[in-house]
Amino acid sequence: MKKYICDVCGWIYDPETGDPDSGIAPGTAFEDIPDDWECPECGVGKDDFSVIED
Amino acid sequence: MNITLKEGIDWVGYIDWTVRDFHGYKTESGSTYNSYLIRDEKNAVIDAVKAPYVHKLVEHIEALTPLESIDYVVCNHAEPDHSGGLPGLMKACPNATLVCNEKCKVALEKHYDTSAWKWQVVEDGDTLSLGKRTLQFINTPMVHWPESMFSYVPEEKLLFSMDAFGQHYASAFRFDDEEPLDVILHEAKAYYANIVMLYGRPISQTMERAAELEIEMIAPSHGVIWRSHLKEVFAAYQKYVVCKPRPKVIVLYASMWKATEKMAEAILEGAQECGVEAQFFNVDSTHATRIVTEVLDCAAIAIGSPTLNNSLMPAMAGVLCYMSGLRPTNKAGFAFGSYGWSKRGGAAAVEEAMKEMKIDILRESIRSQYVPTEEILEECREAGRMLGKYAEQFAKD
Repeated sequence: MKKYICDVCGWIYDPETGDPDSGIAPGTAFEDIPDDWECPECGVGKDDFSVIED
Repeated sequence: MNITLKEGIDWVGYIDWTVRDFHGYKTESGSTYNSYLIRDEKNAVIDAVKAPYVHKLVEHIEALTPLESIDYVVCNHAEPDHSGGLPGLMKACPNATLVCNEKCKVALEKHYDTSAWKWQVVEDGDTLSLGKRTLQFINTPMVHWPESMFSYVPEEKLLFSMDAFGQHYASAFRFDDEEPLDVILHEAKAYYANIVMLYGRPISQTMERAAELEIEMIAPSHGVIWRSHLKEVFAAYQKYVVCKPRPKVIVLYASMWKATEKMAEAILEGAQECGVEAQFFNVDSTHATRIVTEVLDCAAIAIGSPTLNNSLMPAMAGVLCYMSGLRPTNKAGFAFGSYGWSKRGGAAAVEEAMKEMKIDILRESIRSQYVPTEEILEECREAGRMLGKYAEQFAKD
């Protein structure tokens, strides 16, 4: 599972940790996060995230 | 007024003594919009001022060097309190190139007619030689907007820190050792709480990066310049980024016919019995600016509102909206309030807002139908004692 970075603020979504504060359990792939989820830092949507290539 | 930071580096900004509203932040002490001029083989201006004061900025620059000699204008942050003067400044300096990062360029193009500007887009870590000195650029997203950036001059150990370490504070002096430190730190705390409290994590990361730099002087874009008390402001920021609790309780309330106020007073009495610092704010008499400044370092908070029209008091709703946007962390408390016939709104709505803010709810909300009985008031006192005891566990500093 790949990490994603918020293009607006630089916050990184790590699927290993998820985003429990927003109900995204650890182990959730970015692709499986609901479409209405927002960046916990700056509030933009999934569209503003880019995959981090290894 | 001493305006010289280092030989050849001067403050050329504007002191705004009269501003009292900064998009909702009540700036009782005014503010400054700090611009700086570096004179070297190439001359650079670091940031501009609010649009109405650009003529003063231009005047201050012209007193030190001809406008034609300005080679670069660096924009660290696109917010109009700094960028508003850019159109006027770029027009006045015909040979200047605007230096900023890509996100900042996009933002500036969405604010102003930039069609005549020359640009140099820089990336994180890029350097720009001015001759004897170098500008090094460090991206600091969300400190305070996505495009925010620091500019660092390694030869002078000087950091232009944008909004970080700033204060909305107009004064006759430009440096941190020319005025009482506690006054300046209070303004820095109010600024942090009201402007960037929600960005504790990126600020913490930025602090880690700044710690790798040799810094003798920090020149923020608002308020005084730090040259003697860097250690103190860094230590303060270490606490701010985690909203570090002190043994302090806040009772915050709105009231209609004083029933909720009586409950608030009883909670305050209980907290005071514990010997912790206890503060008491009615949203009608204390501005949200002061309230969130105090919330930043409190340990516990009781928030109360009566039910009005099946909802809560609008002034309290406004304060809760402001506070929840600023996302204070590491707080605990409970809700309270009176009601007439409907239990909707009031304490229930307050508790809901507190949960959304991730404030630890220490007990069920306290409610009083109409005027509180002595029994309810004693419950309030007991809850106040509980808040006081909870707050006592934290160290004073």
